Amino acid sequence: MIRLEKRPQPSRGWVIGGPVLAVVLTMAAGGLMFAALGKDPVEAIRIIFWDPLFSQQFASYSRPQLLVKAGPLILIAIGLSLGFRAGIWNIGAEGQYIVGAICGAAFGLAFWPSESPLIFPGMVLAGLLGGFLWAMIPALLRVYARTNEILVSLLLVYVAEAMLASAATGWLRNPEGSGFPGSRTLSRHPGTDNPELIAGTGMHWGVLAAFVAVIAAYVVMNRHVLGYQIRLAGEAPRAARFGGVNAGRLVILCMGVSGALAGAAGLFEVSGPAGRISIDFNVGYGFTAIIVAFLGRLNPVGILLAGLLLALTFIGGELAQLMMGIPAPAIQAFQGMLLFFLLALDLLANYRIRLKGRAPA
Amino acid sequence: MTALLEIEGLTKAYPGVVANDAVSFSVQPGEVHALLGENGAGKSTLVKMIYGLVKPDRGAMRLRGAAYAPSEPRAARAAGVAMVFQHFSLFEALSVAENIALGMENPPKARDLAERIRSVSETYGLPLDPFRLVGDLSAGERQRVEIIRCLLQDPKLLIMDEPTSVLTPQEVEILFHTLRKLSSEGTAILYISHKLEEIRTLCDAATILRLGKKVGECTPREVTAAHMAELMVGKSLSVPARDDHEPGEVLLHVAGLSVTPASPFGMPLRHVGLEVRAGEVLGIGGVAGNGQDELLSALSGETPVSPGAITLQGQPVGHLGPNERRVLGLLCAPEERLGHAAAPDMSLTENAVLTGRIRQGLDAHGFVNWGKARGFAEAIIARFDVRTPGPGVAARALSGGNLQKFVIGREILQDPTVLVVNQPTWGVDASAAAAIRQALLDLAQGGAAVIVISQDLDELLEISDRFCALNEGRLSAPRPARGLTMEEIGLMLGGAHDMHDVAAGAGA
Amino acid sequence: MIIDPVTLIVALITVSTPVLLAAIGELVVEKAGVLNLGVEGMMIMGAVCGFVTAHHTGSPLMAFVAGMGGAAALAMLFAVLTQLLMANQVASGLALTLFGLGLAALIGVGYGGLPVPPVSRPFPEALRDIPVAGPILFSHSTLTYVALILVAAVWYVLTRTRIGLILRAVGENHDAAHALGYKVVRIRILAILFGGACAGLGGAFLSVVRVQNWFEGMTAGAGWIALALVVFASWKPWRVLLGAWLFGGIAALQLRLQAVEVGVPVALLDASPYLVTILVLVIISSDRSRAALNAPAALGRVFHASS
Repeated sequence: MIRLEKRPQPSRGWVIGGPVLAVVLTMAAGGLMFAALGKDPVEAIRIIFWDPLFSQQFASYSRPQLLVKAGPLILIAIGLSLGFRAGIWNIGAEGQYIVGAICGAAFGLAFWPSESPLIFPGMVLAGLLGGFLWAMIPALLRVYARTNEILVSLLLVYVAEAMLASAATGWLRNPEGSGFPGSRTLSRHPGTDNPELIAGTGMHWGVLAAFVAVIAAYVVMNRHVLGYQIRLAGEAPRAARFGGVNAGRLVILCMGVSGALAGAAGLFEVSGPAGRISIDFNVGYGFTAIIVAFLGRLNPVGILLAGLLLALTFIGGELAQLMMGIPAPAIQAFQGMLLFFLLALDLLANYRIRLKGRAPA
Repeated sequence: MTALLEIEGLTKAYPGVVANDAVSFSVQPGEVHALLGENGAGKSTLVKMIYGLVKPDRGAMRLRGAAYAPSEPRAARAAGVAMVFQHFSLFEALSVAENIALGMENPPKARDLAERIRSVSETYGLPLDPFRLVGDLSAGERQRVEIIRCLLQDPKLLIMDEPTSVLTPQEVEILFHTLRKLSSEGTAILYISHKLEEIRTLCDAATILRLGKKVGECTPREVTAAHMAELMVGKSLSVPARDDHEPGEVLLHVAGLSVTPASPFGMPLRHVGLEVRAGEVLGIGGVAGNGQDELLSALSGETPVSPGAITLQGQPVGHLGPNERRVLGLLCAPEERLGHAAAPDMSLTENAVLTGRIRQGLDAHGFVNWGKARGFAEAIIARFDVRTPGPGVAARALSGGNLQKFVIGREILQDPTVLVVNQPTWGVDASAAAAIRQALLDLAQGGAAVIVISQDLDELLEISDRFCALNEGRLSAPRPARGLTMEEIGLMLGGAHDMHDVAAGAGA
Repeated sequence: MIIDPVTLIVALITVSTPVLLAAIGELVVEKAGVLNLGVEGMMIMGAVCGFVTAHHTGSPLMAFVAGMGGAAALAMLFAVLTQLLMANQVASGLALTLFGLGLAALIGVGYGGLPVPPVSRPFPEALRDIPVAGPILFSHSTLTYVALILVAAVWYVLTRTRIGLILRAVGENHDAAHALGYKVVRIRILAILFGGACAGLGGAFLSVVRVQNWFEGMTAGAGWIALALVVFASWKPWRVLLGAWLFGGIAALQLRLQAVEVGVPVALLDASPYLVTILVLVIISSDRSRAALNAPAALGRVFHASS
């Protein structure tokens, strides 16, 4: 029999080792899954994790994709991690991402065909604001009506999707698009485009914003009183109140920041990689970012690495689909598995495992 | 006569501590047997082994001559062993009858059970309504639920863990009456306590534990309390020293303070009024659950109230939050160390920032100065003899006594104008408790006003200048602590508020 | 009249059945003190397992069993994570949903649009043909009646039996339940499995009976609605039924309104079931005393027997 014993302090080794081991175990379990699908597991893992970066054939295309995909994941996950640390669960980032994209795009399209250099900054602000306001719905309802923010933020994703459908087919539809759904292409118009800043790297304004967010979050969490209060509220809510932390203000702040960042991520996407508002431009970054946040242990640097890793699985997954006919959902299951292993291994950071019967020292 | 329960060399070790080291003793049928020891002496672990909650590493038990090794509480109950816990194992949202049914192996039908609860509770003088929610009951009534749950099983051995810590002196009398009746009917009682006078009044035999080892046994009626205390503590303790002095100006004034509780089973405060002067210790006694937490929250600023309800040196502060009050010099130390006074998983340095940030200037422009914070934590550790490897250790790694010294020390080192503490020595070993009490007295000596909320009446009488009682959210008028008798205190705790009622109650 | 109230009520009952099944299962889980946010993932697993099985075996009964089994297997993962490995319940529940959505999509590749056998209806045609009462009371598939019986059974077990009392006690105060000798972890694992099976049954009903098709993401938030219904119901079984009907009514009504093209934007109609769910959540939650009194006190807290 195995017995668990709570450690007096979390083990530092496992805090870092846990995610690494989780990745290894996920590769093993994922290999089994691919084998069950009748595919060569070793080849599949190589195609997903190695080829996008190092194969001569694909790397030139897929290396820039790494930053393109990691940018929104990191930007959203950084925002979510603040709330998750404080026990505030915004899981509707996908909805805030959509609303931010719609608001930002609407701003750009309102001034169409102006090419003023003020348009793009205005779109970014509109995106931030859209995500922020969408996140304020669950935040204010939690503070003033004690409504569970998990459920409200999630349900609002479906409302946002309905809004997106109506925008893409109705009020933001390209008037010159012969009736097809989807807006004008923002990325091919000076003034509204979010260009690649350094050719061949995939670096666009959104990726830059993600890096800035990582640094800012690191400073806030480790040095600033606000970061201290966020950690305090998450670890001991009653002690936080005793320490003068205003719980309601913290909810509004954390939800607002995560919503705004998700909204900005949405805007950067529709004005760059996705190019325009279409009925299905969102590919679930808002949900995958939850995995990124946890895999990075809610730590800014960890999130940076986790975002790159998950971006790799997206790109590698597409490649595996192309090369081996591995179905796209397999990658989603693969990402879910990663989160499972990570949560399971958390145990080792907080508990010591002992065999029963042996007298402890 | 064979012993009811024989314990032979029971040993149980946890990482870092040996909770019980080869403990042996026996309990006779119908005997009230005391298990005496300080916090941390290993009493709780020992009875948990008898009740099947913990498995011993070594040693054996015999019940009525037969080998006894309960694998779980169910087995212990089946063998006729019942237990009343110190922290009640009750369910607040369930009714009395449901709570009792949960503690029985084969409970009768709901209606029959209610009938039996009524009859047993009346037989033993512990009236109880089976259909009330436990969350609405007082601490004393909750204990009745536990006792009746045990009695319905018809136990041969009843274990009681610190039963009087939640009772008024009058309720203690009723409980002792019940226990004596049980004992005369042949039920043995294993009575855990660290209160010596109680044990001398009630118990036939006593086993004394210190640091996990049995250090002696005695017949309590035949020895002095001082003798037992020496066995229990291992050395004689100094009584806190204090000089007589005249109190100064009023520092904190509370008037017409009423608060509705945040939780469904909380206690509302009703028109609480008090004042405390410079150099004075005001003791607030009361049984658990009579509004202590609510009073502390109102004073600390966690529950904001109307501005004028609380004034600090003439300035209204009722509407201010905790940090704004700290700026003005009103500091608090709540009862619950882990999770309220300190964040369990944070380091002592981080916990020093929790309340020390403002007055100690541990931040600048919103950024925490961690070097300075560490220095403050180290100062607390040094000044108050907190035993820990260093300020980087998580709060939950400290023992109760050490963490309490840290929590109280953190506030005292900030030089408060008014300090409010709730249960400052609860669950703390005797030497740490003595150090904490001395520190509070020294603080008052230095000109601060100190409010001590506690359920430990001996403690309050030892350090308070004036004493008042909290009952059902109402605070009695204060009386000079010196010369108060236990009976008068009991009446105050029971809700007989002004002098008139006390006199009338005493005469009746 | 454009919308026939009788067909609306019939549709309402059909639409509400999957969320009702999932919500009554989650209610039991939460009563045991566990918050499983993976209902959406378990439902869709039930939907795909049920659909695939129905297609291959031609037996709706086998399909329902498979739906329950598939979702319960997923629930077991959650149980191991949260009860044995003491992982955070919110994070584990989210992981379950994300993983379930992916795995279900993977299993269902190539099954979209394939035929499934018709399901049985317990009452004879003669009864169904009675005007008004016939369609409303007697026209449904067996599983719809099973769902109603399940609500009654959960109510009875929770309030009237010893098993129910123990379950509530574990959800109220796990330390006290442990001190009395109850197996907290075992009881919770069983509750989680029951919740999984119910969610799976709801998912299988959705794919095999109601839609009779499989497509990715077909639960469309029904699992989250089920979670909201438990809060709406203040953890009371009969109120879950009421909530499910309310939700079903809105969902059925908005579909009909879309069909008759009233002057309301389609997006608003699409979003209306979610908006109404949020609205009732807000109304229920702001009543502080009621919400707090019925919520299991140990909900979502990690239990570790330290002694």
